[in-house]
Amino acid sequence: MIALAMAFATGCFAIGLLLTLWRTIVATTTADRILALDTMVINMIALLVLFGISARSTLYFEVALVIAMVGFVSTVAYARFVLRGNIIE
Amino acid sequence: MPLILIALLPFLGAVLPALMIRAGRTASAWSAGAVTLAALTGILAHAPAVLRGEIIFYQLDWVPILGLNANFMLDGLGLLFSLLILGIGLLIIIYARFYLDRDDPMGQFYCYLLLFQGAMLGIVLSDNILLLIVFWELTSLSSFLLIGYWKHLPEGRQGARMALTVTGMGGLALIGGMLLLGDIAGSHDLSVILQSRDVIQASPLYVPALILILIGVFTKSAQFPFHFWLPQAMAAPTPVSAYLHSATMVKAGLFLMARLWPVLSGTPEWFYIVATTGLITMLTGAIGALFKNDLKALLAYSTVSQLGLITMLLGFGTKMAAVVAVFHILNHATFKAALFLTAGIIDHEAGTRDIRRLGGLRHLMPLTFLIGTLAAFSMAGVPFLNGFLSKEMMLEEAAHTVWAGSHLFIPVLVTLGSLVSAAYSFRFIAHVFLGPRRSDYPHRPHDPGFGLWAAPALLVALVVLIGVLPALIAGPLVAITSSAVTGGDLPYFSLRIWHGVTPALGMSLIALVGGAVLLAAFVPLDRLRASLPQDTAKAIFDGLIAVAVRLARGLTAGLHNGVMSRYALAFALTVLTAAIFAWATGAAGPATRALTPVPPLPLIGWVLLVAATVTIVLTHHNRLLALILIGIAGLIVSVTFVYFSAPDLALTQATVEVVTIILLLLALNFLPRGSPREGSTARHVRDALIAIAVGAGAAALTFVVQTTDFAFDPISAYHLANSKTGGGGYNVVNVILVDFRGFDTYGEIIVLGIAALVIHALAESLLESPVGARLARRAPDKGESGDPHPLLMVVATRVIMPIALLVGVFIFLRGHNAPGGGFIAGLIVAIALLMQYMASGYDWAVSRQRFPYHGLIAIGILTATLTGVASWIAGYPFLTSSYGYFTIAPLETFELATAMGFDLGVFLCVLGAVMLALDTISRLAHRAGERPSPYAMDVDPSRPQSAQRV
Repeated sequence: MIALAMAFATGCFAIGLLLTLWRTIVATTTADRILALDTMVINMIALLVLFGISARSTLYFEVALVIAMVGFVSTVAYARFVLRGNIIE
Repeated sequence: MPLILIALLPFLGAVLPALMIRAGRTASAWSAGAVTLAALTGILAHAPAVLRGEIIFYQLDWVPILGLNANFMLDGLGLLFSLLILGIGLLIIIYARFYLDRDDPMGQFYCYLLLFQGAMLGIVLSDNILLLIVFWELTSLSSFLLIGYWKHLPEGRQGARMALTVTGMGGLALIGGMLLLGDIAGSHDLSVILQSRDVIQASPLYVPALILILIGVFTKSAQFPFHFWLPQAMAAPTPVSAYLHSATMVKAGLFLMARLWPVLSGTPEWFYIVATTGLITMLTGAIGALFKNDLKALLAYSTVSQLGLITMLLGFGTKMAAVVAVFHILNHATFKAALFLTAGIIDHEAGTRDIRRLGGLRHLMPLTFLIGTLAAFSMAGVPFLNGFLSKEMMLEEAAHTVWAGSHLFIPVLVTLGSLVSAAYSFRFIAHVFLGPRRSDYPHRPHDPGFGLWAAPALLVALVVLIGVLPALIAGPLVAITSSAVTGGDLPYFSLRIWHGVTPALGMSLIALVGGAVLLAAFVPLDRLRASLPQDTAKAIFDGLIAVAVRLARGLTAGLHNGVMSRYALAFALTVLTAAIFAWATGAAGPATRALTPVPPLPLIGWVLLVAATVTIVLTHHNRLLALILIGIAGLIVSVTFVYFSAPDLALTQATVEVVTIILLLLALNFLPRGSPREGSTARHVRDALIAIAVGAGAAALTFVVQTTDFAFDPISAYHLANSKTGGGGYNVVNVILVDFRGFDTYGEIIVLGIAALVIHALAESLLESPVGARLARRAPDKGESGDPHPLLMVVATRVIMPIALLVGVFIFLRGHNAPGGGFIAGLIVAIALLMQYMASGYDWAVSRQRFPYHGLIAIGILTATLTGVASWIAGYPFLTSSYGYFTIAPLETFELATAMGFDLGVFLCVLGAVMLALDTISRLAHRAGERPSPYAMDVDPSRPQSAQRV
């Protein structure tokens, strides 16, 4: 059962990745692209956790944790750049 | 005092005068004098033993694998030169204190002088030819600083450059010659080489080694045809000329010839090259000196001539000639230094050293007249002065030397040389001091104070003393020095004034009388000379340099024209050509490794990477879009590291990615949003084809490497096996960084620190320049919306800050055994701090910063250094790590490794460097008129309405 759930979840996030890729490349506004990249990072964190579960190792959770902790900083920086130009005022 | 200390004393002491100048010029001179005096005392303490015939050694292995040992030796030859270097050095220091102008940076002068003194002392005390070369090059460099001391004078700078070029090229030849010599003798230690005369002279490499060494020696000692740099170097202050160009530096070449005399001399090659060069130099120098109107130029050419004389004597190859050479080295140093100092006094007091503007000074400057006349008479070879003795002995040697079967060639030319020497010496006296008193001196000439005349007076006293009582004053020193030069037993010689009626006496008389006659005919001779072609050596040298510069410029401009795509093209084509050649000629082994299956998930990652990269190439004109797509690439690279079981790299990549994006966004703020299109479509197609070819080639190469086994076992097995036992950590990546390759990491953090400091320094100078003002005035290139410091972001980053710091500490502490370490921890903490900069603003963050980032870098590097040095103290090589297990209740048993101290250094350095760089760059965006806000948030509901700031 868990294997099935894992496969389903992995499939969903994988498709999610492709969709966010599409949105990053083809988008009407820069904000769309930044949001798409942010979503891509979240999908990737989810995939890392799933990968850790399937590999039966906790080692990968920390990478996921660190990416989660610092990954949003880039998103904020992109957003600040679009809004204000200068990211450290 | 051990010899190494004596040799190093001037180097160590060189900082003293530079520091003491703050306490005044006299204090600076005192400190320089004290250092010299200390070294002189050290030498004098060894003098009795050396005069008894002992040789003092000091041995220290430096780089034994290269044959480079810090071996020092003091024998008679070293003693004579050390006494000249330090004794005359001391006099020069006193003289310079009163000679230099109030505007001249005296601390610098003494600092350079001591550096030079140390280098010279090193040459004469070295017992290892490689060590000798090191000091030899140091004399070239330090004399460059001294000759160019008056930086405002173009001729000073040109003269310094020319001296450095000529002696530097000679030094290069010397290195080659010395290496050959060491190769033949099988050792680089002089004491061994000096015993290997037969082996060396029988070797087929003897002649090449001899020629290379002689090029080095002749350039240094200004022998024909390299003599032209010495007159140009006269732009130096007079104390420098007196020191370098009479007593020390130009004698370094003579010293080396004398030092290697036992093994190199005695062959026809030696005789014809050295003696002939010496003879030609003696004649050209003397004739040059006679017609120079600048006092110092006259003395410079006379030095060239006298050095030629000594070179010729060494070239004769007989032991007696070597004795005379040694004696003349001593005599020349005394009278020539005195003459230079006299010229300096005249220049100082009369305001000019142009002989045509001088004359009649004997009444105005009686003391200087006395000193100058005695020294010049000695140079001319007038009896009862030391120059007479050695010149007489030289003539005696020359009288029975046969050159290519001719018995007259050398005696006649040497007499002619002595005659012209006498003429220019007399001219120095007659045209400066004698003659009618003039009314148009630039200054009112008068005798100088004690400080200026003391040094030349002391030297002239020596000139007279040696001249009258040669055997008593100079006898023992000359004997012991000569026996060191000739390598043992000496011929009978006596230093006496009267040798009876000999051919030499006749030649001496002819020279003196002829010199006076020649001077009487000076005016018509000068007119004759003016009609002849002038000295062209400088013009030829300048022409050669100009050609070299043109070639170098052309090459640089051709290769390095600033077009990035051209460099990339050259690089890609080179790689492609090399790869095609390798593919065509080499053979790859059969594929021995099976391909791994490709599950769908990595395939999706691959699709993302390729799509993002291709999109960047197609849309790179939109800079922000390119940056967002780079974010995708970075993300995929970090998860790829996870997929291939490299969590350390994944953590590093993820954090570096964030810092990179912030850095690039900060920079992008100063750039236009889009970049223009450049180049034709045809060129784009061509470049694309080349790029695809190279990329495909690299991919194919990777594929081949990945599907075949390595030719050798990779080192990773060793690392895995020894990580725990040797480095005390289970995390091999971290153990490699802080232990196996700790020295590498140590270098890298230093480079990182330097890079951050350079960014800081560049940005600081940018801000202070007009560009800084333009940056401050620049208007945003598009509208700004929203708050600069929104409430939501401030709150979020405040919450994350302690968590991030905790994660940083955790990652750092466990780094030795599990993924993590100082580098990643440094980046995580840096990001945590950067979040505060972004959310609450630069001013708010900086006002809460307690410790400067430069300090963090410094402490980091010092911590790492101390960890390394601690293993020295414990008796192990640098950076050897050790570890142990400790239990502190109620904690579990934990491990502490010294590598952790090193890792702490890495952590601090990374944190400091990242923060300093980003902090500095974000300062560039500060606009004029922005006031620092006392509040972190622009809109804060907890503040009263009136205090809201949007």
